[in-house]
Amino acid sequence: MSTNAKVRVATVWLSGCSGCHMSFLDQDERLVDLAKKITLVYSPLVDVKEFPENVDVTLIEGAVANEEQLAMLKKVRGRTKILVSLGDCAVTGNVTALRNSWRHSDQAVLERAYKDPADLNAAVPTAVPKLLIKARPLHEIVKVDFYIPGCPPHADLINYVLTELLAGRAPVMEGRSKYG
Amino acid sequence: MSTNTVKLKIDGVDVTAAEGTTILKAAKDVGIIIPTLCSLEGLTAYGGCRLCLVEVSGTPKLFPACTTPIGPGMDVTTQSDKLKEYRKIAVQLLLAERTHICSVCVADDHCELQAMANQLGVDHVMFERNWSREEIDSTHDFLVIDRNRCILCTRCIRVCDQIEGVHTLDLKLRGKDSQVIMDLDEKWGNSCSCTSCRKCAKVCPVGAIYVEGEPIEHTKKRDVAEFIVERRNRK
Amino acid sequence: MAQELEFQNAYKYRINVCCSSGCVPFGALKVLKAFEDAVKEFGVEKECKVARTGCIGTCSVGPAVLVEPGDYLYQSVTPERVREIVRDHIVLGLPVKDMLYERNAYFKKQHRLVLRNAGKIDPSRIQDYINMGGYGGLLKCLTDTPQAVINELIASGLRGRGGAGFPTGQKWSLVARAQNSPKYIVANLDEGDPGVFANRTLAEADPHAIIEGMLIAAYAIGAEKGYIYIRSEYPLAIQTLQKAIAQAKAMTLLGESILETPFKFDLELRFGAGAFVAGEETAILASVEGKRAMPRPRPPYPANSGLWQKPTLIQNVETLANIPLIIQNGGAWFAKTGTPKCTGTKCFSLTGKVNNPGLIEVPMGITLREVVFDVGGGVPDGKKFKAVLVGGPSGGCLPDTLLDIPIDYDSLVKVGAIMGSGGIVVLDEDSCMVDTARFFTEFCVDESCGKCTPCRAGLARLKDVFGKITNGAGEMSDITTLEKSSSFIRDGSLCGLGQTAPNPVITTLRYFKDEYIQHIVEKRCDAGKCFKSRGEEEIE
Repeated sequence: MSTNAKVRVATVWLSGCSGCHMSFLDQDERLVDLAKKITLVYSPLVDVKEFPENVDVTLIEGAVANEEQLAMLKKVRGRTKILVSLGDCAVTGNVTALRNSWRHSDQAVLERAYKDPADLNAAVPTAVPKLLIKARPLHEIVKVDFYIPGCPPHADLINYVLTELLAGRAPVMEGRSKYG
Repeated sequence: MSTNTVKLKIDGVDVTAAEGTTILKAAKDVGIIIPTLCSLEGLTAYGGCRLCLVEVSGTPKLFPACTTPIGPGMDVTTQSDKLKEYRKIAVQLLLAERTHICSVCVADDHCELQAMANQLGVDHVMFERNWSREEIDSTHDFLVIDRNRCILCTRCIRVCDQIEGVHTLDLKLRGKDSQVIMDLDEKWGNSCSCTSCRKCAKVCPVGAIYVEGEPIEHTKKRDVAEFIVERRNRK
Repeated sequence: MAQELEFQNAYKYRINVCCSSGCVPFGALKVLKAFEDAVKEFGVEKECKVARTGCIGTCSVGPAVLVEPGDYLYQSVTPERVREIVRDHIVLGLPVKDMLYERNAYFKKQHRLVLRNAGKIDPSRIQDYINMGGYGGLLKCLTDTPQAVINELIASGLRGRGGAGFPTGQKWSLVARAQNSPKYIVANLDEGDPGVFANRTLAEADPHAIIEGMLIAAYAIGAEKGYIYIRSEYPLAIQTLQKAIAQAKAMTLLGESILETPFKFDLELRFGAGAFVAGEETAILASVEGKRAMPRPRPPYPANSGLWQKPTLIQNVETLANIPLIIQNGGAWFAKTGTPKCTGTKCFSLTGKVNNPGLIEVPMGITLREVVFDVGGGVPDGKKFKAVLVGGPSGGCLPDTLLDIPIDYDSLVKVGAIMGSGGIVVLDEDSCMVDTARFFTEFCVDESCGKCTPCRAGLARLKDVFGKITNGAGEMSDITTLEKSSSFIRDGSLCGLGQTAPNPVITTLRYFKDEYIQHIVEKRCDAGKCFKSRGEEEIE
């Protein structure tokens, strides 16, 4: 990472509850320091429509559950130097992947959500991206460089990992990473 | 009681302990904690989880500290890159084997597997998860078993047999299909031998056996076996 | 006994019909019946004995029939041609040439010690065994001290044939020295590997060799009770052994005051229920005691704390069948066969893509090439040799370049294979090495007892990765996953099953990595075994 230019950072929200992004914001006043070193080039928190090229670090929240997210993840990986899985959904599948225990869970989960509770015109919507058979953590699809587990990960842990990465060091996760 | 003592080295520290002591115990006595999951004081050693594997100089073999007795002149290493790597793989295998989702688990923050992953820095699982859908039995008045969270350490089986003395719990099937069962594979609520003593829930390292409606920190009293054994031996 | 000898010698000819599990499906029992009828028809039943024997060794061309004297071996005998053999060979003295088995290198390079009586004696007659010098070893050892017997064994250099190759004499010394009593002997006949049939054949062909071996062991270590642990899937071997035990008891070779000496030893059969892991030495103990066949950590070693926490000697039946020979002929005589560090012979079940499959017994130190190409006669149909899997489902896959290594415990381990149960499977160019590794991994997943994490959970994940690769979803990182987890399973498992289970994976990765890469990168399987839908849920 070059020292004079600001580090280009992005965050992405796939199938998750946005709790990881909340936790990111919970870095509170440390965000001010962070802002001196980074530029947030893409995020649900900023208004950029297209994922840019040449991103240094991307944090991704959420599991990959549908085809749109699958395409997005591949695009992000192609445009990012360091990819970080943020939170349990991205790292393990977590709640998003609870459906995986059922066979044909892609259909089952839609029917449970749209057909079973409906009183009128019960139908599975067709205008939304197709669900994958299983919700998957990111590293089962693309290469992931670092992991920040937690549901959500503690703001301190997010801050620690970012600080280490910005300093050009690999974070040490012994005693720090915690699922759930 | 005449006991012979044995001198050895553990992580470079000179240790003297009674003959027949396990490496695990001898190490613990000098403050060296070797990671374990299936082992529990007060119960017989099992040797199943393989987290406590240690190196002994002079042989390429690895030894489970929980079942290997100390020997004179042994030079034991409890931490090395290889052991660290293997322990991380073991925890990953356990996490991938069934359905472990900490965020929705009753034992979140009181789980030995979760704590072990934290301690060893297992920040992801390299294996594709199995997403098991094993049977959950909540037919008992208050004890519940969720076999999706079971790591087959058999602590529950051992405490039921060796401490409570009823042997309600045991295993059926083999390999990855192994399951903890009650009596001859009865529903827990129909078990005629279970005394509802809760020791299985107390010692379970994960959230597989728990007491419905009870705060988990009240349930998990993992030193119960050690405590009872100590009391029983008091004259 | 003298009367019995005369009875035997009264026959001019002896027709041995192999009625072991290999030849029976080919119709051996019908052939036996046809011979019995034919000798009566030609009126030669007084000079020609028709005997039902164990395996003659040419399993691929059964039913096999051996006519003595002269060692004439007939192959693929049908009931229709039996009359011809009796008429020409027995009555006229002219062997039927077109049915004779060509005694090529298949027999020349073999050295039959353990299988000395296989196909020559009727296993259901103890007299047959005694006529071949059987129970002579027992007689001889009863006049010696137990220590002298152990010394003879140490001198022989015999190592356990169950797979691990622990020196037998040393094991006996350990059990003999153990203070506790009573002591037990367990003969391991739980041959669970697919495609392996050496122990079964031995029990079917020469049950008394096993019993005599156990008796000598019992005398040497001071045991009074023994168990033969045998799989229920071996009905013929069970029947043969039961008969043999009854006969030995009737002749005071088993029971109280054996041969009118103070030595006593009792023998019982115990049946396995088909679990592969039950052949592991601590699991076998649990099973004999009537518990779940689960291995337990060692120490304590069975030599000090085995069956019911008493000193126990566990020995593979092939090891035991060697014992009478060693006692009769001396340890030094035995040590002349094989290599200095690895004496004697070894039985192998030679199967797969090979011209002469069958049960073979070769001297230790023979090369794999000799076994595959001379004894086995090479690969059929002009196909190219690809690999040989040595040691059963947890053995190693070795390529052509390693065929010149000698067969002994240490050389095999060095290249990633094991002696194991003595299974040798030859693979030709039509075999896919990835598929082969997948197949044996799946076998071990099913057979893992589930006690320890690496074997239970690790093998199951290996199977997943193979599923991925052979379905076309493989990634290069999968190779790392395979390598890392298989070395953990090897080093971290509790018992021999887990420790050796990843051998096919480790060796195929070592010697045939290009095939993995081809599957992963090009999604191509030259052998045409992979990328077929297995009816499972697609990967993604």
